[in-house]
Amino acid sequence: MTTILDTAIMICLAIGLIFNALGVIGILRFPDVYTRLHAETKTTTFGTIFIGLAVVIYGLAALLETGEGQYLTLSVHTIIAVVALAFTNATGAHAIARAAYRCGYKPKPAVVDRMAEANQ
Amino acid sequence: MTDAMLLSVVVLAALIVLAMVRLFAGPTAPDRVVALDAVNTLTVAAMILLGVVYQQIIFIDVAIVYALLSFVGTLYIAKYLGGEI
Amino acid sequence: MIPFLLTAIFAFLLYLLLTAGSGNLGVWSPAELVMGAFLALIVAAIARTFLCRNHTYRMANPLRWLVLAVYAVVPFFLEMAKANLDVAYRVITGRIRPGIVRIEPGLKTDLGVLLLANSITLTPGTLTVGVDEETNDLFVHMIHVKPGAEKKPTLDATEITAWFDFPAWIRRIAE
Repeated sequence: MTTILDTAIMICLAIGLIFNALGVIGILRFPDVYTRLHAETKTTTFGTIFIGLAVVIYGLAALLETGEGQYLTLSVHTIIAVVALAFTNATGAHAIARAAYRCGYKPKPAVVDRMAEANQ
Repeated sequence: MTDAMLLSVVVLAALIVLAMVRLFAGPTAPDRVVALDAVNTLTVAAMILLGVVYQQIIFIDVAIVYALLSFVGTLYIAKYLGGEI
Repeated sequence: MIPFLLTAIFAFLLYLLLTAGSGNLGVWSPAELVMGAFLALIVAAIARTFLCRNHTYRMANPLRWLVLAVYAVVPFFLEMAKANLDVAYRVITGRIRPGIVRIEPGLKTDLGVLLLANSITLTPGTLTVGVDEETNDLFVHMIHVKPGAEKKPTLDATEITAWFDFPAWIRRIAE
């Protein structure tokens, strides 16, 4: 039983780290601010959700094993942190994109821009 | 198990340093904000893992507050860049 | 009076969530319960005008929160996983074709537009840039516009997601 849980935690950690790494590589690699935002928002949020999932699995397993209340607190607080992060990251990305658009950075290699047409 | 988590924290720290490259190099101000946001997210992940490694639940409370405060900071910088303040 | 009570109950539930596992009365200690009720009343007295600002009590129905939880775990998470694999592919290969398109979700409430904007920021290769305040249309930056899609004036929301109809789910939650 413990080996299965350990493997699950390891897999979640690995997925989280891989997606976080891809997000950072995307920031370094993409050409303009909007595509960088894509890489940053989606992949780092997803990676952090999986890291939180690893901690939640660890906390619940320890709770079943020892029955101490502090592991329940650990799991619940991790869930709250991850939910708060997911929600605020999406809203923050929206704010940055809007600010970048308002101060005049157009998406550079874009094939279509309906927002510029609507604002005219 | 805590060894693997400590190793993950080291990897996350390395990723934060990589994101810092864009924070310093990034040609425009919104680019820097994007990099800052990535650094904040990775810091929250590292704090959650450190809370397990050192068995301190208070670290995770700090992570919650850090996530909310970094959101406020990002929003404020975005408003400033958009010329609404 | 109703906004006051709703805010107090919401704050108390949040406090219970944050202090779960502190004692042996259920999983809470008696001191935390008393303190939580006290703080919830204070918070409600200060903040009663912020929650339920338009005097719409739609979100007081617990069933809507249940649908929101199901929505977050099943359709949203699956779409998010797919979107992440897509972005990972584009990070590695560098094949992008960005553009800003206009999407017509047909949602009426502010909360619905907020939920849809956040959902499509985290899901299928798209990022909300702006909102048309009059018609509630969203301007969405797509990392890979499908060939041919840039000619249409507005896109349907179902055309950018892969498997699920997000506006229908959000209408169930927020309208």
